[in-house]
Amino acid sequence: MKRFLIGALAVLALAASMPLIFHNEYFFFAGYVVLQFIVLATAWNILGGYAGYVNFGSGAFFAVGAYTAVALYKAFALPLGLQILAGAAASGLLGFGVGMLTLRLRGIFFSIATIAVAIVLETVVLNWHYVGGAKGLPIMRPVETPFFASHTVWLFFVMAALAVLAVGAARYIETSWIGRGLRAIRDNEVAAECSGVPTLKLKLGAATLSGALMGAAGAPYAQYLSFIEPASTFSLNYAVNALAMPIIGGMGHWIGPVIGAVLLGSVQQIVTVTISSEINVLVVGVMLVVFVVAAPEGILGLFRKLFPSRKS
Amino acid sequence: MPQVAHPAFLVMGAYATYVLAGYGVDPLLAGLLLMPVFFVFGLGVYQFYYSTFEGRGSDQGLRGIAFFFGVAFIVQVGLILVFGVDQQLVDASYIGTSVEFGEMRIPKRMLVAFGVALALTSALALYFSRTFTGRAIRAVAQDEGALRLMGADPVRIKRWAFGIATATCALAGALLIIVGPVDPNVDRLYIGRTFCVVVLGGLGSMSGTLVAGLILGIAESVVLTTAGTAWAPAVAFGILLVVLGVRPAGLFGR
Amino acid sequence: MTPLLQVKDVSKNFGGFMALDGVSVDIAQGERFGLIGPNGSGKTTLINCVSGVLANDSGSIRFDGREISGLPAYQRTRRGIARSFQIPRPFASMSVLENLLVPLEYAGTGKLDEAHEILKQMGLADKAATQSNRLSQVELRKLELARAMAARPRLLISDEAMAGLSSNEISEVLEILFKLNAAGITIVMIEHIMQAVMKFSQRVICLDAGRIICEGTPAAIVAHPEVQRAYLGA
Repeated sequence: MKRFLIGALAVLALAASMPLIFHNEYFFFAGYVVLQFIVLATAWNILGGYAGYVNFGSGAFFAVGAYTAVALYKAFALPLGLQILAGAAASGLLGFGVGMLTLRLRGIFFSIATIAVAIVLETVVLNWHYVGGAKGLPIMRPVETPFFASHTVWLFFVMAALAVLAVGAARYIETSWIGRGLRAIRDNEVAAECSGVPTLKLKLGAATLSGALMGAAGAPYAQYLSFIEPASTFSLNYAVNALAMPIIGGMGHWIGPVIGAVLLGSVQQIVTVTISSEINVLVVGVMLVVFVVAAPEGILGLFRKLFPSRKS
Repeated sequence: MPQVAHPAFLVMGAYATYVLAGYGVDPLLAGLLLMPVFFVFGLGVYQFYYSTFEGRGSDQGLRGIAFFFGVAFIVQVGLILVFGVDQQLVDASYIGTSVEFGEMRIPKRMLVAFGVALALTSALALYFSRTFTGRAIRAVAQDEGALRLMGADPVRIKRWAFGIATATCALAGALLIIVGPVDPNVDRLYIGRTFCVVVLGGLGSMSGTLVAGLILGIAESVVLTTAGTAWAPAVAFGILLVVLGVRPAGLFGR
Repeated sequence: MTPLLQVKDVSKNFGGFMALDGVSVDIAQGERFGLIGPNGSGKTTLINCVSGVLANDSGSIRFDGREISGLPAYQRTRRGIARSFQIPRPFASMSVLENLLVPLEYAGTGKLDEAHEILKQMGLADKAATQSNRLSQVELRKLELARAMAARPRLLISDEAMAGLSSNEISEVLEILFKLNAAGITIVMIEHIMQAVMKFSQRVICLDAGRIICEGTPAAIVAHPEVQRAYLGA
């Protein structure tokens, strides 16, 4: 635990000192996206990787965070910190709600319900003119960001903090009795229940936390782009990436989603810029299928095969 | 089985029809011609799924779902890359003309699609109730063990069912593009419609499925005329969510 | 003294099929109790209702004098009802020891020593670090029992723990169950292997088509004409 805390602080210090090394604004712009994917992938893994319930609608949780932040910013000019808290609360509530509705049923129903929620909410936002409807809404960035070179650098740092928080939460869950309970649910739900695991409560908790983290990742999105519109915010790309990254990185360990997010996130930044964004998402889809079929334990699993001596 | 790629196959059927229609084949005939091709394709997909996931046993749920999701995604993006995001249409003698019943004018394409869909559904219903394989398919969903005792191999039955389902996608896809223009993104909509109808009707019930289809169709057109097109996509999913919350066994389930 | 488990008029209906039809039985503290019956007679349904995997449609189930039929399964486990499964359901991604830690942390004492103690008792001590999907059939059966024991039950339900085992392995498992009973745990044994149930049980009931057709000592059961008819179909 202590080692992890020191590591986390080191990562944050590194993120804060990045402006001393890089002066190119684009580095932070791209880095933000990668960090955002670390949060999304880690959040997905808490429910998907540990408990085995597949969320297809990560985009919706992300977008609820983003739009909650936008609505509150427009109405009360809330500061970013409160926007993030509110976005997390709204998406967490959504996770809890979808969980209440479907987590009693077989896993596939939960997955379908998450797609359903994504489309219903996208339709609602498309018709919600206060936040711009289908046309979108430009967002004014605050003019000054004390202590940081630019607003992008500030957001980069905020996302780095969220990433550390998400990974810390995932790691805590994984190594505690909660994680063991979630894995028992994934392996065999009936046996878990008969071993004293309150399966519904644990699943609801995981769905809530997972949703809240996704919402937190989405909250600064409008400020990052200075603009928000439904199509890109609810994009299927978030859903696919949030699921592909942990599966490709390895679902069993908290570092897996991080590896997947860093790898896929950086590759996508490069491919989108140099080739095309359609090829980019196709690559993610193909990699997802290839890994699911050929390397079910992800990159971590491959790694362990190469170095069998290292124990989890 | 977590077959979430089904709607993607449906859109694939529509596009395959579009391609054949480009060579002057009647779209309906194209749909029929594609059925055996899709059937074999379905057998192949199931075989692959079985040997990589179900056969291996543990933890197939999560990865099976992710697999089909990935396949659906690849189909969608592949179609976008090949055909672009624009809508595609087909042409035939019965498209664009209509029949008049007194005051009402009904487009012929609708009648054709309705007739074929009804015929297809009835044929499937007959197949499931009258033939041994059909009944075995219904049994396999409930009790694999009992089926094994009857001397039927559940894996073969499931593969067969998967083939039939995929073949149905070919003809249904043809109907889809006869009724209206198709673009690669409609599969998301059809995920909603498919699951909404299936869950509302109750899993495994043919008559329930028909009634549910009707209900959804009516609900969608009511919303379309009262609230406008912008709300239409949410209808199927909205109903689906409500049904999941209130009556997961479906309207006619116990 | 009130019986540890009181099942009264319990029925369970699966879409028109009466799997349990007004079953009543009392099981005393410390008893070794056998449950037999042909395939599909409702044995597993009965213990599913007792353990909370299924909810009974009507009737009452009392454990230690308190009604439990509305409780979710995990709370029944915490109150002291643990079970093994007919088809082993290990937590396949975990080691044998971790499999025990789940009930230990959620329903038992949470003490790691106890897990090792149970593994030793079951003869699985040298398998503690093995991943549970690498176990042999008999080891899986033992793991089922060991995992149930880690919940510190007062009532242990063993659902066909011996199916498919060799006669040596059967006596091994029987010996374990005798030991557990000697330590004060009430045991309900569901078994097809007659010789094992008859040797183990002090009292036996036989289910057929969801009803209890007879109850008594092992010797009386074997001699009972209804049992012979149910089993031999004569």
